[in-house]
Amino acid sequence: MDRREFLSAGAAAAVAACFPQAANAAAAAARYDNLLILVELKGGNDGLNTVVPFADADYYRLRPRLAIARDQVLQLDASAGLHPALQALMPLWQNRELAVVQSVGYPSANLSHFRSIEIWDTASKSDQYLNEGWLTRAFADAPVPRSFAADGIVVGSNEMGPLAGGGTRALALTNTEQFLRQARLAGGEGVSRNAALSHILKVERDVTQAAANIGSGVALRSEFPNNAFGNALKTAAQVVASKAGVAVIKVTHNGFDTHSGEQGTHQRLLKDLAEGMVAMRAAMQEIGRWDSTLMMTYSEFGRRPRENQSGGTDHGAANAHFVAGGQVRGGLYGLPPALSRLDGNGNLPFAVDFRDLYATALGRWWGINPQVALNGRYTPVDFLRA
Amino acid sequence: MAKRLLVLLIALLPVLASGAPMGFDEARHLLNRTSFAGNVEDIEAFGKLTRAQAVDQLLGWTGGRVATPAPAWVNDFESPRKLRGASEEERKAFQRQQFEKGAELRRWWVTEMLTTQSPLTEKMVLFWHNHFVSSLQKVRSPVLMYRQNQLLRKHAFGYFGDMLHEVSKDPAMVVYLDGASNRKGQPNENFAREVMELFTLGEGNYGEQDIKEAARAFTGWSIDLESGEFLFRRPAHDDGVKTVLGRSGNFDGDAVLDILLAQPQTAELIVSKLWREFVSPQPDSAEVRRIARMFRDNRYNVKVALRALLTSDAFYAPQNRAALIKSPIDLIVGTLRQFRFETGEVTPFLLAARQLGQDVFAPPNVKGWPGGEAWINSASLLSRKQFLERLFRAQEMPQPLPAMAPNADGGARFARAVMDIHFDSERWLKQFKPGDAALMKVVLAAEPASTVATAAQGVERLRELVLDPSYQLK
Repeated sequence: MDRREFLSAGAAAAVAACFPQAANAAAAAARYDNLLILVELKGGNDGLNTVVPFADADYYRLRPRLAIARDQVLQLDASAGLHPALQALMPLWQNRELAVVQSVGYPSANLSHFRSIEIWDTASKSDQYLNEGWLTRAFADAPVPRSFAADGIVVGSNEMGPLAGGGTRALALTNTEQFLRQARLAGGEGVSRNAALSHILKVERDVTQAAANIGSGVALRSEFPNNAFGNALKTAAQVVASKAGVAVIKVTHNGFDTHSGEQGTHQRLLKDLAEGMVAMRAAMQEIGRWDSTLMMTYSEFGRRPRENQSGGTDHGAANAHFVAGGQVRGGLYGLPPALSRLDGNGNLPFAVDFRDLYATALGRWWGINPQVALNGRYTPVDFLRA
Repeated sequence: MAKRLLVLLIALLPVLASGAPMGFDEARHLLNRTSFAGNVEDIEAFGKLTRAQAVDQLLGWTGGRVATPAPAWVNDFESPRKLRGASEEERKAFQRQQFEKGAELRRWWVTEMLTTQSPLTEKMVLFWHNHFVSSLQKVRSPVLMYRQNQLLRKHAFGYFGDMLHEVSKDPAMVVYLDGASNRKGQPNENFAREVMELFTLGEGNYGEQDIKEAARAFTGWSIDLESGEFLFRRPAHDDGVKTVLGRSGNFDGDAVLDILLAQPQTAELIVSKLWREFVSPQPDSAEVRRIARMFRDNRYNVKVALRALLTSDAFYAPQNRAALIKSPIDLIVGTLRQFRFETGEVTPFLLAARQLGQDVFAPPNVKGWPGGEAWINSASLLSRKQFLERLFRAQEMPQPLPAMAPNADGGARFARAVMDIHFDSERWLKQFKPGDAALMKVVLAAEPASTVATAAQGVERLRELVLDPSYQLK
């Protein structure tokens, strides 16, 4: 046994000790009855105009044109409030089902869309290149039951993101009808000793298995906003409602790269976000899944505190994110944006590592050892009820 | 290619008697791996050559002039300085212009891939583009990316050491890996790290201290923002003593590159990468060491390494046939070339390649496209099949290829280009005698994975074959 094998055997033993159900298939099914919905805010959401530090004079100094006036803000406490376009989220907040995590980021923030979302998706360090998504590693360690239609589903994007690489059974859907049409092109039969061909045949089988399970045209009464994000959520909800079983859904909400004319665009994006999340909650409640649903937003980066000359904001670093679900312990987490301590690029320092959020989902929501997937020890954030 | 072959064959007639001809199957394999795909007549002609003759012929055809006319603007570097004090509208207009030039640059290269007499040349330029990665996403200058492509072309079959020295001073690379912000006293380690990890030694063959010291040697390697040329900024250069991989001296960047080239790991890294590109996903370490030694002993002559790989028994071994997954460019360019599709403007194919994950001139990060199994997930596999399905229906009923919805400007051009796609299946199928065996051998690298009995004929049967999972293999 070489050192690496020894270490991983040791790690496995440690997992077994902490999570005695790890070896048990029934437990795996039970664990993944908890659904994770990741909402990607693509382009880099402006966290400062999402969760507004309305009591901070620096905020108004840095954003003479873009700042949200204090009396417009939906106050969460004495210093933080939501953009008014997020009105739809207030019932969740009042019901204590919405957690707001501030100053989420990572050391040596990268400011490229491409690279930074890759860092988030692979849970890598800033200077480390990993090929597999963090959920791919998690599912390799604690497999999703084969009876599930798929390990994960990606809606509204062709990028597998956290589900990329490895043996994960992940599917990209735009809408279920289109998927089922396309899926007819997949055969899904045969086995091969050729490794490359085996991989292709496996993907074909994933497609046909999912198509067989998802097809049943479930009618949800809940309505979704008629926009791209609403339609993506509707597809996601239909997959969950089909009872085929799926452990994770990634939904992409596009258009957050607001370098110019941010005000109107951002208002619309946030409204769509809030109304979409609320519609998703209603749909999950309709099928009795809200208590077993955890929704988390993520984005490649936040935006620069100082507004630019075009009525927009440039690429930033630390950001605010939402977590919602029937088991969520509502409230504010993390630290308020430290506008007095901007870095050399004029960007915000982080207080909560994004991998802390992942560690919470892995450890607390699914009961699997986060260290294996995250290649390190991260501190869960206490936003789930015990 | 075919006409040239005829001439070649007549010239070689006396020689042919002495060597052992490689035969149809090996010739198909060789052309499929090195030339996107092989036409029946090319395969038959190559089948009459020995392995060595065939490979020498392919290498002999490399390095010619690019036949596709370069975009008109490639010599007009536009300094980003001209945007200083520009209005918002001027900035936006400039960005739109750069965006359109980026699209034109991509069209230029893919057109050349589709029409070249030496597909191996384009395969190798693409290989080096994926080794010495730079991306329009960061470099933002189509002119500099074009120049880099010319540089990779110049050295694609030349001497790796020369290429390394020149690429390290290539303005697109200097921008891509932050050379301009690498200054004495404020080193930026980006280039020093990647040159060791990705371009030469590979991870584990150097330490963090080597990176720090090497970064000092590269200080001052910058670009002239007016001309877009490489510029050595002497005042920014650190003249102190550096220690890299156990050797100390007042090294400059070139001296460090020579130290890296003197390490055996460098040749092994390049040969392993060539192996994964041309032979199989799992390099044979003894063979890699053997070929790497030849490569180094011949001053890093790329042709020597390629010839050794492409004539090796491993290359033709049964377990390595159909062992590689086609890249999106292999799939698209290979299909269009193999079936002699007539095409107009290539935008639909660029969009398809991007949707399938290979946007040329814009690899995802400094490590390049990971390739292999990473090309295939449920989304890309279904998109590949949909692309093929529609391509082979184009002759009946033109319809948009599955690509990102083109923007308003590109919409009309895109629609026109789709109408220009033609495949004369009758003519193409005439090359084959009735019966399936020869057709299947040419279209698929392996037995079809689908075992369903079929009564389909003609273009219907072709459609079935290209939708077979085995068609994704090369």
